Amino acid sequence: MKAIYILWLRELKRYVRSRAQIVASLGNPLLYLLVLGFGLGPVFQRAGNGNYFQFVAPGVIAMSVLFSSIFSGLGLLWDRQFGFLKETLVAPVPRLQIMIGRTMGGATVALIQGLLICTVCVIAGFRPAHLATVPIAFGFMVLIALLFAALGVAIGSSLQDMQGFQLIMNFLVMPIYFLSGALFPLTGLPTVLSYVTKADPLAYGIDGMRHMLLGRSSFDPMLDFAVMAIVGAVLMVVGAYRFSKIEI
Amino acid sequence: MIKVQNLVKTFGSFTAVNDISFEVGEGEIFAFLGPNGAGKTTTIKMLTTLLRPTGGSIELDGLDPQARQNDVRKRFGIVFQDPSLDGDLTAWENMEIHGVLYHVPHKVRRERTEELLRLFELWERRNDQVKKFSGGMKRRLEIARGFLHTPRILFLDEPTLGLDPQSRNQLWTHVKKLNETERVTVFLTTHYMDEADRVAHRIGIIDHGKLAAQGTPQEIKAQTGAATLEDAFLALTGSTIREEEASSADKMRQFAKMWSGGRR
Repeated sequence: MKAIYILWLRELKRYVRSRAQIVASLGNPLLYLLVLGFGLGPVFQRAGNGNYFQFVAPGVIAMSVLFSSIFSGLGLLWDRQFGFLKETLVAPVPRLQIMIGRTMGGATVALIQGLLICTVCVIAGFRPAHLATVPIAFGFMVLIALLFAALGVAIGSSLQDMQGFQLIMNFLVMPIYFLSGALFPLTGLPTVLSYVTKADPLAYGIDGMRHMLLGRSSFDPMLDFAVMAIVGAVLMVVGAYRFSKIEI
Repeated sequence: MIKVQNLVKTFGSFTAVNDISFEVGEGEIFAFLGPNGAGKTTTIKMLTTLLRPTGGSIELDGLDPQARQNDVRKRFGIVFQDPSLDGDLTAWENMEIHGVLYHVPHKVRRERTEELLRLFELWERRNDQVKKFSGGMKRRLEIARGFLHTPRILFLDEPTLGLDPQSRNQLWTHVKKLNETERVTVFLTTHYMDEADRVAHRIGIIDHGKLAAQGTPQEIKAQTGAATLEDAFLALTGSTIREEEASSADKMRQFAKMWSGGRR
């Protein structure tokens, strides 16, 4: 247990100390939030979908959680060759504990990042429709963070060099984001697109958040929860397995 | 302390380590030398539980590294070829995490960390982030950390690579001192023959996965009739340069160099 705690704490300390990185990582979500949020607002309004800024805010929050958590896992690629991770792999600690400590740390950092964007959203004018269900929305954020931190670990443990990183970025992370309905409603889509979005776990996470924050959703919130929990659990197992197979 | 018998490791059709046997006694400093790709790192990985041997047997302090991984891991410390410190954390915090991972009790951990940081002349800088340290300081910290859990054996995989003569000298002085005071067995690899000659009690030379010679530096020099260990090494391993395919680790190393401006 102590090993898990200290590795979790390590991720947190690293995050707090890299201020430049914190600021840099806020840039992308803010661009989406402020430019798209206000830029597409009038069109969205005219299409009869209501306030776009309100709609896109949960999507952008989820986006920052997604990126932060998946990168923490992908960082394994670097960490196991030039970082501290190698030292932990020869320590008399079961690998599972190391994987849990690191994944939890990555997920926590992602959550903090998400909460930062949350704060920015509120300052910029975002108002949840129901305050009572805000904690449940936070619960969905936790699920998103854990799921993608685990996915990151699974991939980061399998990659061999930096080239693979670009591939993952362009063919996995970006599609997950764009197909999740973070930026547009998932109702009334062309058939193919609607099937593809249904295969994207993030779609359920964001849908759950929207349901709890705004009271609008495309799926049943119980379905959202079930998909996130099951996919998350499966990815945890896959991540732990891949991690246990790392050779250095 | 280390007992290796008929050790074999094959990767597909390639035999990296081909039937080597040697013993390292308690408190001994053993230098494991060989050209690039000779099988040094593969051997260290097998000794340190990271790779499963294809054949043969290994005993570390009487234990089999594969059968009793955690017991064996408690018994050795290791300094890898590539840095394994956390640059965002301070020297103290790096030691702290190591202590926790190796189940060193809180009080002992504090005392020993102080003792080791003082010995390696890092105490004044204990609250500085490691990324501000020079290459030599980082190396010293890694070795200090390797000693924290009072290992019986310390593995050093090319610990002096990229250091200036001053830092190298100082580093070996410390290692020798701890070898004497704590009776820790040291197993090291290096490409600097003069270092091996000065520091090691015994030497093993490996080439193409086979042990070409072993003995004290004097014995090896006498065996080949060479004046220096470097000449003896060349006589035993030939002077052809070993062309190796760059592994993924090498590619990453190049990438790392690019980003850090050539400094390690």
